[in-house]
Amino acid sequence: MYQYDHFDQEFVDQRVTQFRDQVRRRLTGELSEDEFKPLRLTNGLYLQLHAYMLRVAIPYGTLSAVQMRMLAHIARRYDRGYGHFTTRQNIQFNWIRLEDAPDALADLASVQMHALQTSGNVIRNTTADQWAGVALDEIEDPRIWCEIIRQWSSLHPEFSFLPRKFKIAVTGSPNDRAAVRVHDIGLRMHKNAAGEIGFEVIVGGGLGRTPLIGKTIAPFLPKQHLLSYLEAIMRVYNQAGRRDNIYKARIKILVHEIGVEEMRRRVELEWEGLRDGRLQLDASVVADIEQRFARPVYEKLPADSAEVALLRFKDKAFGRWMRANVVPHLQPGYAIVNISLKPEGEPPGDASAAQMDAIADLADAHSLGEIRVTHAQNLVLPHVKITDLPAIFARLQHIGLAADNIGQVGDIIACPGLDFCALANARSIPVAQRISRHFADAKLGAEIGDLQIKISGCINACGHHHVGHIGILGVDKHGEEFYQITLGGSAENAASIGTIVGPAVAYEDVVGAVDNIVRTYLDTRNADERFLDTVRRVGISPFKERLYAAA
Amino acid sequence: MAKPASSNTRAVTANRLRDGAVVFRTVTGGWSSRIADAETASSETDAARLLAQAERDAATAVVVGPYLIDVAEIGGELRPTSLRERIRAYGPTTPMAGVEAVPYL
Ligand code: SF4
Repeated sequence: MYQYDHFDQEFVDQRVTQFRDQVRRRLTGELSEDEFKPLRLTNGLYLQLHAYMLRVAIPYGTLSAVQMRMLAHIARRYDRGYGHFTTRQNIQFNWIRLEDAPDALADLASVQMHALQTSGNVIRNTTADQWAGVALDEIEDPRIWCEIIRQWSSLHPEFSFLPRKFKIAVTGSPNDRAAVRVHDIGLRMHKNAAGEIGFEVIVGGGLGRTPLIGKTIAPFLPKQHLLSYLEAIMRVYNQAGRRDNIYKARIKILVHEIGVEEMRRRVELEWEGLRDGRLQLDASVVADIEQRFARPVYEKLPADSAEVALLRFKDKAFGRWMRANVVPHLQPGYAIVNISLKPEGEPPGDASAAQMDAIADLADAHSLGEIRVTHAQNLVLPHVKITDLPAIFARLQHIGLAADNIGQVGDIIACPGLDFCALANARSIPVAQRISRHFADAKLGAEIGDLQIKISGCINACGHHHVGHIGILGVDKHGEEFYQITLGGSAENAASIGTIVGPAVAYEDVVGAVDNIVRTYLDTRNADERFLDTVRRVGISPFKERLYAAA
Repeated sequence: MAKPASSNTRAVTANRLRDGAVVFRTVTGGWSSRIADAETASSETDAARLLAQAERDAATAVVVGPYLIDVAEIGGELRPTSLRERIRAYGPTTPMAGVEAVPYL
C-alpha cells in the first residue's frame, strides 16, 4: 500500500496545527463565520443540518486495517458511533463538534489520513476502480496514476481557485467500474495497436443540474504525457470556465458550449507548450510510485477448493452470498470479497464503529490488512484466500454485514438527503430503506438480478440518480416531498443518462412505483435479460403506461 | 404528512458555533436545543426584533447563521411547520445505530 513520504506527513501535520489555531480563533470570535468558512471547508468540515460534518478522504478508496480502526475510533470518540461511506469513496462523520475537529484531524493524521481535497473548488480526491490491482480484467493498476495525479494536484497553486470543484476518475480495466464517463475528467487505460498502454481521456461528463456524458478528447494519450495533458485541460478550463453562475461553472458546460472539437483544439494548443517540459513523467518517478503499489506476495495455491465448492452447494445462504458478493481474483486460489453495506432495511453506506473494527480485524486476518471502499458505498476485502471464505461469511453474518445483494435491487446508492444535508429537498435514506425492505420481504433480489437503484435528495445528484437503472430524485412540491423517477441510466461502459418516466410521485408512493416498474420488467424481459437491457430494448413507454395506469 | 396551514408565528433558529447543535432563541435571550423553549413572534416587527437580537449572538460567536422559521402550536406543542425544520428540531427520521429516532411528523 502507498505509504506517506516525509513530505506528505509533514504537510498533513502542519495543516492540523494551522487548523487548530484557526478553530481557536473562531471560537473566541476573532474570526467571523465568513472568514472561517473557507478555512473549515478546505479541511473537509461542513456545517450541515444538525452538526458539523467531517468528510475524510480515502484516496482511490484504499484503506489499511489500521486506518479503518482509526475511523472506528473517530466514530466512537467524536461522533455518534457510526460513519457514512460516500459515493466518492470517502467517509463522512455526521455529528462532529467544531471544538473537537482539530483533535479528530490530528488522530487521523497519525495514520496518514486527512480531509484535504474533500471540499471546495479544487481538484478533488481522484477515484478509481475498487478492485484496482486485483481484478481479473485489469490492464494496469489505476491507483498508480491516481497517486501521480494526487501529488500533482494537491495544492497546485494555479488550480486552487477553480471555477468549481473538479473530479477525476481512473479505470485500468476494459470494464469501467469507476464511472469515468460522468466525471469532469475520466481516464480509461487501454492498449493501442502496438500493445502500448495509454489513456483514453474523456472530458466534460458530470451529473447535477445538467447531466452530461463525457466526450473523448484524446483517444490514446501515452502515459508519460498524462500530467502535461491534464494541466493543459485545467488551464483551458480555468481561463474559459464560467465563474458567473455556479450551475454553469463545471467543465461540462464549457465543453458543451464550445463543442469537443474546439475544446480539443484549445487543449492541444496549450499542450504544445507543456508536453515536453517539466511535467513529462520520468520513468524512474513512475517506477517509484509503481513500487508502492506493488502486488503483495501471494501464496501459491490451487485455483479451487473442493471443500468450499461443496459448502456452496450445501449451505444455501453461503452459496447465495458467494454468487452475489464474491468475484474472481487475478491470483489463483484467491478471491475478491465485496461486503455489502446495504443490510435489509438499513441506511445505505453506514457502518458502526464495531462493524468497522470487525472489518479491520477481518482484513488483518484474511486480506493482507487491506480494505477498499466502493463508489457504490460498499467495502471490499481485496486479497482473500478462497479457503477462508466460509470463515469470513460466518463473521460477516455475526456483525450483520452478510447481505448477499451486491449489484441487486437491495444494493441501493443513496445520498444523506434531508435527514442530514443542508441542501436537500427531500429525504433519501428512508426511501432506500423502504425499497430495500420491500424487496427483501418479497425475496425477489436474485430473481430480478442486476438492478441499480440510485437516490439523490436534490439535483446536486450526490446519489448519482441520473445513472441509476432506476434513478430517484427528491423534489420539493409546495413543501412536500416528491420523487422524480428516471429509467435506463448507467455509469458503466455504455454510459447513459436516465429518462424521466412521468410525473413525480409522493413519498408514500415511491415503493409502489418501483415495485410496479420492476414487475413490468419481469413480465417484459427476455430470458436472462438485465433490467437495463430491457429498458433499452423496449423504451420507457411500457413502464410508463403501467405505472400511471395504476395511479 | 400534509403541511399544517401556514401560520404567522415565527421563532429563530441557528446552529450553535462550538458544536453545530440546532438551537432556538429563548425568551430569556439564551439558546436552547428544545424548541419548546423558543420565543415566538407573531408580528413582522417582533420577528425582525427577534432576528436582530439573534444576529448579535452570531456576531459574538455564540451561534452561526440565525434565521426565522414558521412554527405552530400542534397538539399543544410548538412545532416547526416545514419538514426540514422538523428534522432539524427532532433529528433524522431514520432509525440508525447510536441515534434515537424521534417521532417528528
Ligand atoms: S444530492 Fe443534494 S441532498 Fe443529497 S447529499 Fe448531495 S447536496 Fe445533499
